[in-house]
Amino acid sequence: MGPETRAMQDDETTNPALFSLLDGEALWKRAEGASAVACAGCHGDGRESMQGVATRYPRVVGGKLMNLEQRINACRVERQKAAPIPYESKELLALTAYVGRQSRGLPIAIEADATNQRYIDAGRVRFERRQGQLNLACAQCHDENWGKSLAGTPIPQAHPTGYPLYRLEWQSLGSLERRLRNCMIGVRAEPYTYGAPEMVELELYLMWRARGMKLETPAVRP
Amino acid sequence: MARVAVTVPASAKRGEIIEIRTLAQHAMENGFRHTQTGELIPRDIITQFSCSYNGVEVFRAELHPALAANPLITFTTVASESGTLEFKWTGDNGYVATHSAKITVA
Repeated sequence: MGPETRAMQDDETTNPALFSLLDGEALWKRAEGASAVACAGCHGDGRESMQGVATRYPRVVGGKLMNLEQRINACRVERQKAAPIPYESKELLALTAYVGRQSRGLPIAIEADATNQRYIDAGRVRFERRQGQLNLACAQCHDENWGKSLAGTPIPQAHPTGYPLYRLEWQSLGSLERRLRNCMIGVRAEPYTYGAPEMVELELYLMWRARGMKLETPAVRP
Repeated sequence: MARVAVTVPASAKRGEIIEIRTLAQHAMENGFRHTQTGELIPRDIITQFSCSYNGVEVFRAELHPALAANPLITFTTVASESGTLEFKWTGDNGYVATHSAKITVA
């Protein structure tokens, strides 16, 4: 990420994800579903109650590994009695970005313990396994060749510190899963579907790798 | 709803050059893309942006299909007197967004 992109990200008035944050705040306060209750109805002011929440996801909730999007949708289905919001829709990205924003600047706090160790291990296996027609593992670029450039773009170390983020190439906000699917298509592998357990395990492994780094949600990337 | 964000310094010295930053929420659909079934997605962009300072136009831009979504327009003007800056974006399909900001010049 160049200095111009970082400047764009750090200035609230030029970060194009600003609009999604405002949309997310409006959704947070809107009563939904058969229960006719808003997120704010239980959680109050998201700016306070959601502080630090995004630093702990994906995590195991009720025996199931969930990322933040899935947690929001689970709450919608169970508490609001509303239909889940589709993955990668503007609404889900906006809500996730709004929740994520409240943890901006806080260190990612994923800790390996008895509940999530096996998922981290599964994610690591997937990260290190060769896949696709190009027969490349994630690790071959992001562990062995980070810092070098791929077609003029620097290869990062796969620290997902800013999702959901505004990618200038996408011209919109996108989730970590969308980014992972991008990479999988790039190595000519069949990408996992949105919300697949394999995908969430990979997300958890990457967030665990990035533990201690500060969350930048919503970030801006080229 | 058309959201916009505008940054204008709240106060300035007379004759000072001030920087104004504007960001408008818009998909800027360029009109060249097709859906997966091959239909053309019609053009839907912001076509014009203007800023007037106490009723006098100080900046205007015409926008074209090559521009990115959520266009960020930054420009400068000279702070001449206290008053209001009026911003207006117009575009395809009846898109109109307006914003006004006050500035105090000492």
